[in-house]
Amino acid sequence: MKHAATLTVNGIAYPVELEGDATLVAAIRDHIGLTGTKQGCDDCECGACMVMVDGKPVNSCTYLALQAEGAEITTVEGLADGDQLSSLQTAFLDEGGVQCGFCTPGMLVSAHALLRQNPDPSDEEIRLALGGNLCRCTGYQKIAGAVMAAAKAG
Amino acid sequence: MGDVAFHSATTVDEALALVGDGSSARVIAGGSDLVVQARHGKGMPETVVAIHRIDALKGVDASGDLTLGALASHADVAAHVDVRDGWTALADASALVGSHATRNVGTIGGNLMNASPAMETGGPLIVMGASVELRSASGTRSVAVEDLWTGPGRTSAAPGEILTGVTVPRLPERSGSAYVRLEYRRAMEIAIVGASACVTLADDGTVTAAKVALTAVAPTIVRSPAAEAAIIGTVGDDDALAAVEAGAASDASPISDLRATEDYRRAMAGVIAKRAVTVAVLRAGGDAFPIPATPVFMKGSEG
Repeated sequence: MKHAATLTVNGIAYPVELEGDATLVAAIRDHIGLTGTKQGCDDCECGACMVMVDGKPVNSCTYLALQAEGAEITTVEGLADGDQLSSLQTAFLDEGGVQCGFCTPGMLVSAHALLRQNPDPSDEEIRLALGGNLCRCTGYQKIAGAVMAAAKAG
Repeated sequence: MGDVAFHSATTVDEALALVGDGSSARVIAGGSDLVVQARHGKGMPETVVAIHRIDALKGVDASGDLTLGALASHADVAAHVDVRDGWTALADASALVGSHATRNVGTIGGNLMNASPAMETGGPLIVMGASVELRSASGTRSVAVEDLWTGPGRTSAAPGEILTGVTVPRLPERSGSAYVRLEYRRAMEIAIVGASACVTLADDGTVTAAKVALTAVAPTIVRSPAAEAAIIGTVGDDDALAAVEAGAASDASPISDLRATEDYRRAMAGVIAKRAVTVAVLRAGGDAFPIPATPVFMKGSEG
């Protein structure tokens, strides 16, 4: 059964028609066409699908898209200002926090949410905030370092 | 997946009407259990009734007994100053659920009704004597949390009933509580075993009342009468704590699965129960032990 709805992603209202059990990551990628958000484990383990719903990080693979109607959804595409990367994104590049890149959108969203809530986090707070995001390349050191560098840069 | 009807309710009465007799509809709050289970072969119900917009189910009130709306998120509960102060085991447990993202969408009502024997919040609620409110079209009833589960994934709620809230009594003076989890990693973890304890002390430090519950060692979360008997009447000395450990291990009836063997779980049920009782006694005496209690132990600062 298709349900007509409007999803607001990065400030833009998108009319969509979705099955009742469509997940938010499927709506964002397949219906709206924003493919920055990754579908990783698709089982609420890896965090590659992390988006913000009303400012809070949410695993979009495990959240029904229709539950997000009326909410402000922010994906990794919403972190940059056009082609101008955010200071957090720049820090990931400068500090070597990106290797294959698959986990990066989820890492950025979790880190962005952390820094909004806590602009001066400790290393432990950074690692706890990224606990729901898996990376198979970097060993996490450079990702945590990038978040710290972004925090210090303000 | 596919061909699922979705409704979003804004009042409990509207949700009850949409759920009907519960034969084809299920309630969804955050979805972190239902959507994963659907993907793992349980399938989606014909009708999903989303209750996340029912504002009346979102409150946390600690002005008397603690009352939690079914939609109180784990993040809300873990951060609530009064919960951390007066019902600390529940804050321990809520702070350990999943990750930041899981705690933002996961709710206390969903955690209880999912009825996993490995759930975090159930043990603390049992040892603190909590009850839940179940509402249906025909009325409202209160059920002790200890009587809510009948097996893994099964509850004593009737199909058309919705859990609307949780009430946890205010604990007596000089009481303390703790939930400790054995975990292999910090985030997105499920208890290998867990233990909850709630104790009350006399002025001289003697434990006058104690409840201990064990998580992930039986088809439902269970009390440990042997651990409770071992600590009551003592001051929490090493001999008493050794008896708590032995008692909890003897009351555990775990299974082997991919995360741990039966023997390991039984042995660790004792160790973790001892730690939970230790922290509960410390907190009852006024010690501001960190929340959640688990990572301090994982760093090896206590035996």
